[in-house]
Amino acid sequence: MVELPQDHLNKSGKSIPIYKERGQREVFCGLTGIIWLHRKIQDAFFLVVGSRTCAHLVQSAAGVMIFAEPRFATAIIDDRDLAGLADAHEELDRVVKALLARRPDIKMLFLVGSCPSEVIKLDLSRAAQRLSKEFVSKCRILSYSGSGIETTFTQGEDACLASLINDTPKQVAEKDKNLLIVGCLPDVVEDQFKRLFTELGIENVSFFPPKNSQQSIEIHGNTQYLLAQPFLAETARLIEERGAKRIAAPFPFGIEGTTAWLKAAAHLWGITSEHFEGVTQGKIERAKKSLARYLPALENKTISFFPDSQLEIPLARFLSRECGMRVLEIGTPYLHKQHLECELDLLPEGSKIVEGQDLERQLDRCRADQPDIVVCGLGLANPLEAEGITTKWSIELVFSPVHGYEQAADLAELFARPLNRSMKLVA
Amino acid sequence: MQLTLWTYEGPPHIGAMRIAASMTDLHYVLHSPQGDTYADLLFTMIGRSRKRPPVTYTTFQARDLGGDTAQLFQDSVNNAYQRFKPKAMIVGASCTAELIQDDPGGLARALTLPIPVIPLELPSYQKKENWGASETLYHIVRGLVAVDKSISAQQYQENRIASKQEGQKPTCNILGPTALGFRNRDDVQEIRGLLESMGIEVRVVAPLNASVSDLAKIPAADFNVSLYPEISQLTCTWLNKTFGQPFTKIIPIGTKATKAFIEEVARLANLNPESTLANQEERAHWYAKSVDSTYLTDKRVFIFGDASHVIAAAKVAAEEIGFKVVGLGTYSREFAREVREAAKLYDVEALITDDYLGVEQKVSELAPDLVLGTQMERHIAKRLGIPCAVISAPVHVQDFPARYSPQMGFEGANVLFDTWIHPLMMGLEEHLIMMFRDDFEFSAKAAPSHLGHAAPPESSQAKTSQISVASPSPIKINAGEAISSSVDSLWAADAEKELGKIPFFVRGKARRNTEKFAVEHGISHITIETLYDAKAHYGR
Repeated sequence: MVELPQDHLNKSGKSIPIYKERGQREVFCGLTGIIWLHRKIQDAFFLVVGSRTCAHLVQSAAGVMIFAEPRFATAIIDDRDLAGLADAHEELDRVVKALLARRPDIKMLFLVGSCPSEVIKLDLSRAAQRLSKEFVSKCRILSYSGSGIETTFTQGEDACLASLINDTPKQVAEKDKNLLIVGCLPDVVEDQFKRLFTELGIENVSFFPPKNSQQSIEIHGNTQYLLAQPFLAETARLIEERGAKRIAAPFPFGIEGTTAWLKAAAHLWGITSEHFEGVTQGKIERAKKSLARYLPALENKTISFFPDSQLEIPLARFLSRECGMRVLEIGTPYLHKQHLECELDLLPEGSKIVEGQDLERQLDRCRADQPDIVVCGLGLANPLEAEGITTKWSIELVFSPVHGYEQAADLAELFARPLNRSMKLVA
Repeated sequence: MQLTLWTYEGPPHIGAMRIAASMTDLHYVLHSPQGDTYADLLFTMIGRSRKRPPVTYTTFQARDLGGDTAQLFQDSVNNAYQRFKPKAMIVGASCTAELIQDDPGGLARALTLPIPVIPLELPSYQKKENWGASETLYHIVRGLVAVDKSISAQQYQENRIASKQEGQKPTCNILGPTALGFRNRDDVQEIRGLLESMGIEVRVVAPLNASVSDLAKIPAADFNVSLYPEISQLTCTWLNKTFGQPFTKIIPIGTKATKAFIEEVARLANLNPESTLANQEERAHWYAKSVDSTYLTDKRVFIFGDASHVIAAAKVAAEEIGFKVVGLGTYSREFAREVREAAKLYDVEALITDDYLGVEQKVSELAPDLVLGTQMERHIAKRLGIPCAVISAPVHVQDFPARYSPQMGFEGANVLFDTWIHPLMMGLEEHLIMMFRDDFEFSAKAAPSHLGHAAPPESSQAKTSQISVASPSPIKINAGEAISSSVDSLWAADAEKELGKIPFFVRGKARRNTEKFAVEHGISHITIETLYDAKAHYGR
């Protein structure tokens, strides 16, 4: 077994070293983002341009639900396309037309690139432009890459949202100041945040992505934006290209994260701390009371994260500071230092952060550490359980309402549940 | 390019992975991009395996493409060998790696590992999962079984007979069951029990739970049971050619097929089948014969899946339950001929396709009372509001049940009877709905009440005809629309209303029959009289 160096000990905040590992990675590719994006943007359709493997991935993930009308599909590249016997662009046009004829209700179509389409350099952005002209006013056609070689799991959402920003016309800066919340949020969470901002007195708030493709997005020189998710590097970059400014804040997980996140915006809108506290105090108290129920199960328990979604660092911060857990290792597929700056400041001293993955070595460390609970993907969860290690499968964290005050306890419960369950089934 | 909402099979490397994951000491190194590890969760989640599949992925990323991916592959092979110490290894490429052409076989050979390393050539853009599994099993068996080329197949067979001791039981192997195979776990138990009850010794079951050294023992058995031809036929054919081992051709799904299988096996093992056949309690057969099942007579059923399960299911449906097979098809192109032959028995044309949309269109045209298919047909059946049961892979987690639920053998026949009948509306309810349409609870639109749902299925006839309009090809769609709207105007309002009184599960057939009758008799306006004329013409 190869140990990591120990120079993270006694380090805190920005001086925590980020260990980098390379090797086999047990992660999803960005195509998986389709599973939640298709529900969020309700009139959008996701057409993967890839191989049978890509089709198989998406259906293995989503196919347990029985769909009368799925809002995703794959255009499978075959050997005729590869041999150049068929013009790939003509083929794609044919497939898109057939699809839009079948589903005239689709208002936005994403052509989603995959590893095979990237390797053979099929230019989907050109295809999207060409098809957009043809279907103008009927359907917006965009493209992004969800390939495994370029994107890891939630980065698929980043790529998707980035393509939406790219497709939004540039706006003049003379408009009034507005607040944009960036990142897919469950509807209930979005509504809660909307109410909170209203109560705080921030009126001009919008959420990105919108629930349907026709809703316009307001981004200009007077836009301030808050990231709701930590995996939106490219989206943020493009938003900033349009003059909008990021409000630096921790992510709205747990009570502390949510308060700091709201406060960062409130501060910019010149809201007094009396008013801020007046609005948030009751909600904080309620969340604390609710969270307290799960603390006995979590306090002093050890936890390790395998890399998956980039949510690992904010979650480790929440679990250590608000739930009293001891974090042994935080694996993350990719770490955006700027976006996570406020989070790193809040991590406990001596945190061990590993960016990237060498799966077998990480499993060795995990077995040596014997954490009380391990956050990992579904490929590892049952095998680790069979070894006697309790797991929390990480994908659920992306599929559940976990942001904000009202969900702080729900978030803790997601980690308490497997622990309680293993106690129950032992007894 | 093919537009695919759902795919019936995964890529061929998933088939190879199923073989590797079935076995105990074989490792697979797969040259593949980051993300292809999703396949692990097929085994750990859908199959609920306790261990990770024995697969090492190179998981290259975009930045690796500029560098030496071949070196990355070799390192992965070395590391996998050092860590897992397998008894044999298979190496290959996934679809993306196939494009970058690193030659996994050659690269692995150059490492000269002290174990057999079997390269796989699985063309991802032409072939699919079952082909990949079949090919992998074949290459592994060829690679691991020692062949003395100086001995002919016949001599091998004679040697086996000669070395047999007095009173020694006949022996066989069971070939074909794999990890992630539909009900393979319980089928093996059922068939193994059946064979043993006949006095036959089962030597090797492969690839499921077999070790590398088990495979080497395959040629010692008297014959092979080819349980899943999609996986095992290629290997059994080679074993027959090389070692003179005959293999079974009958798939023991259903009471009749199980009996025929017993006779076939008895012939291969030189045994008398009579005592085995006499001892069986044929519960499914009695259930189907009991008067409660009379209402099942001639229910119209559409069957789709892999070739073996479709052929077997059609036979059970028609001969053992008394359904009428109105359509059948398969996605197993390798076995298209066999399925076409089977379809002739029911006077229908086989649908050989892996195009989900084509299957959907066929089902909506036929408007059957029951669909027997795969997980994918459940999507179709939901959309069309037709009862559905699963008979074949691809399947999802609910079809890897904890309880004993074989498809094969006599217990398999019992399972089939319960599974297929369950989604249908039960007899009394069906009668009452035909008599009284406007009950607030048991309406004609409601789902069968024993399924416990209040919500009606989305199957008004109007919707069904819209669906047949929504065919995959845009040209057909427009043509279909034109026909459909002109057909709609054929119906007089009162005739349309009368049609509405027919329960939903036969309404589709009544509409089609009446329209067909009208066209054939040059009737341009369908009245109530036409409706009953058609009914009299075609029968119920």
